[in-house]
Amino acid sequence: MSAAQPPRAPNLNVERYRGFYQEMLRIREFELAAIRAAEANLVLGAIHPSIGQEAVAVGVCGNLERADIILSTHRGHGHTMAKGADPLTMMRELMGRAGGTSQGKGGSMHIADFGVGMLGANGVVAANINIAVGAAHAIKLRGGDEVVICFFGDGATNRGPFLEGLNWAGVFNLPILFVCEDNGFAATTRTSAMTAGAGPAARAAAIGIETAEVDGNDLVAVDEVARDLIAEARRGKPRFLLARTYRLTGHTSFDPAAYRPSDEVDARWRGEPIAAIRSALRDAGEEEADLDAIAEAAKAEMIAAFEAAKATDWPEKALAYADVQDIGDPREGAF
Amino acid sequence: MATITYIEAGRQALAEEMRRDPLVWAVGEDLGRGGVFGQYKGLVDEFGADRISDAPISEACIMGAAVGAAMMGARPVVEMRFSDFALCAVDELVNQAAKARYMFGGQTRVPMVVREPIGMWRSSAAQHSQSLEAWYAHVPGLIVAVPATPADNYAMLKAAIRADDPVVFMEHKNLWPLEGDAPESDAPGVFGKARIARKGDDLTIVSWSAAVHVACEAAETLAAEGIGAEVIDLRSLWPWDREAVFASLKRTGRLLVVHEAVAVAGFGAEIAASAAETMHRDLKAPIRRLGAPRIPISYSPGLEDEVRVTAAAVAKTAREMIAD
Ligand SMILES: Cc1ncc(C[n+]2csc(CCOP(=O)(O)OP(=O)(O)O)c2C)c(N)n1
Repeated sequence: MSAAQPPRAPNLNVERYRGFYQEMLRIREFELAAIRAAEANLVLGAIHPSIGQEAVAVGVCGNLERADIILSTHRGHGHTMAKGADPLTMMRELMGRAGGTSQGKGGSMHIADFGVGMLGANGVVAANINIAVGAAHAIKLRGGDEVVICFFGDGATNRGPFLEGLNWAGVFNLPILFVCEDNGFAATTRTSAMTAGAGPAARAAAIGIETAEVDGNDLVAVDEVARDLIAEARRGKPRFLLARTYRLTGHTSFDPAAYRPSDEVDARWRGEPIAAIRSALRDAGEEEADLDAIAEAAKAEMIAAFEAAKATDWPEKALAYADVQDIGDPREGAF
Repeated sequence: MATITYIEAGRQALAEEMRRDPLVWAVGEDLGRGGVFGQYKGLVDEFGADRISDAPISEACIMGAAVGAAMMGARPVVEMRFSDFALCAVDELVNQAAKARYMFGGQTRVPMVVREPIGMWRSSAAQHSQSLEAWYAHVPGLIVAVPATPADNYAMLKAAIRADDPVVFMEHKNLWPLEGDAPESDAPGVFGKARIARKGDDLTIVSWSAAVHVACEAAETLAAEGIGAEVIDLRSLWPWDREAVFASLKRTGRLLVVHEAVAVAGFGAEIAASAAETMHRDLKAPIRRLGAPRIPISYSPGLEDEVRVTAAAVAKTAREMIAD
């Protein structure tokens, strides 16, 4: 296990990180818009925001090709956008409208965009791990050179698929990188209180998967370590990355998260990843005004997506019966 | 006429499909040595370990990996060894495989076959003997195949591998050595098309899997007594051939459903209810069903027999229905 972080580039690659900064802001603004939509009952039910965790999604997915594959969790908006999904189509999905990524049939928790290699968020914690190793297995069977990224939370490491999937990846030498986003919480419980042993990376290492750990709020560090791990994974060496981060909102958009002290949350806000990369860019000579303009554009884009999604029709009722399976009558015996 | 065993028919079907389509990938525990029952015997020699893959004892991962591979264009055939062990992978089958196509709005398909050997076999006791086909028939998105003959095992396994949706393929362990007519062609079967196993005009017995043979034995006895029992082998439970059942019932007016699974909430209940809803005007006697009592399956043969639906019990019920 390599706990050390990769060395900081002496000169920030301004072009690259300006783009990443923009992407993180787009995710942040998308989720803020989605939370407003949930509060206005336009998003039906709660969503799981990844506010505060954007550096992991962007730092990892920034190292992928379009043909590469990701799988995500209930907290999947950031990963999906970072892989290239269109926010308006996603917002339509969140609002259950026609033309959503999944025709309004999945919603936030099952967000997916196969066109950009995003094979689905999952409503069942850890279930994506086994599916991800299968996707990687298919790539190997075909002799392809794509890589699979499987994102999951610290809480997922207490479910069986963590053992089964990582072992499988190791046994078959699959092109996969497991990214555990350790935000400290599993719903309303501190994961550490429910997890024996030395934590996710130690478990992965015990299964025989080489691991690395990184400050998941440090975009540059995530980017650099992910680049190396992805290159290795692509060659059939499964890898595991533990990215330590923090969930700045509640578990869901409706969760006030009163179970954690406010000074903890305040301190974490001071270390949040977008402000951090912004100040690094400023130190590297970027103009305040330009950085502001990027932020404003992201906000405007997501407000527009919100409004356009809201103005979109509901899906045709007949769609309820579509895409069940090729044979058999889904109406049989009903009503 | 040439004959073939039930187990060999399945082995040939898989081999032919693997030759036809390089994306077919068989994966499960011990497949390299032929599988627990020998269903995969010799296949690794022809197709190699990448396509006849040994898996760790990780049923959830076998099933989940098949889902991911299927989404990426492979056509996995997963072996669960005993259908009882597939319960370790219920999330992967029911929440993932069955729902992905729908939940993702048609962006993907999950063409995979889950081979789940079912049924009572040589004192295998409570965790190696169950017939849980009704559970899967209940789940939108799954096809459920329950072949009773060697020719059907061959044709339906081929159809399962070619299907673009997940198929729960339930072979009956007690049928492995069963000899029967070899398939007439190498064509895949059709799901939802029943087989008339025996013709008759006095009552309709609907069954599937190994219970079909019990029903046929009872029909033989009844024939000697001058009672004509028509035996319908459903072959698949989703979809199931309502038309064939209703057409037969229209002639006979009497319906008896026979299955090995527990009677309570078994698939026989679905058939009985559908017939009652649709065919009540044609019924000459109350619909009956015969299944196992709601007890776990025992080890000791005498106790095990208590859950067995016998030909004698089928014949007795049929006589009661005729007398009704
Ligand atoms: C199998 C399963 N059990 C419980 C839940 C309810 N649940 C949803 S998210 C969550 C917490 C997950 O924690 P973690 O994996 O750390 O991800 P995070 O929410 O922190 O992103 C729980 C318990 C679920 N969705 N699936």
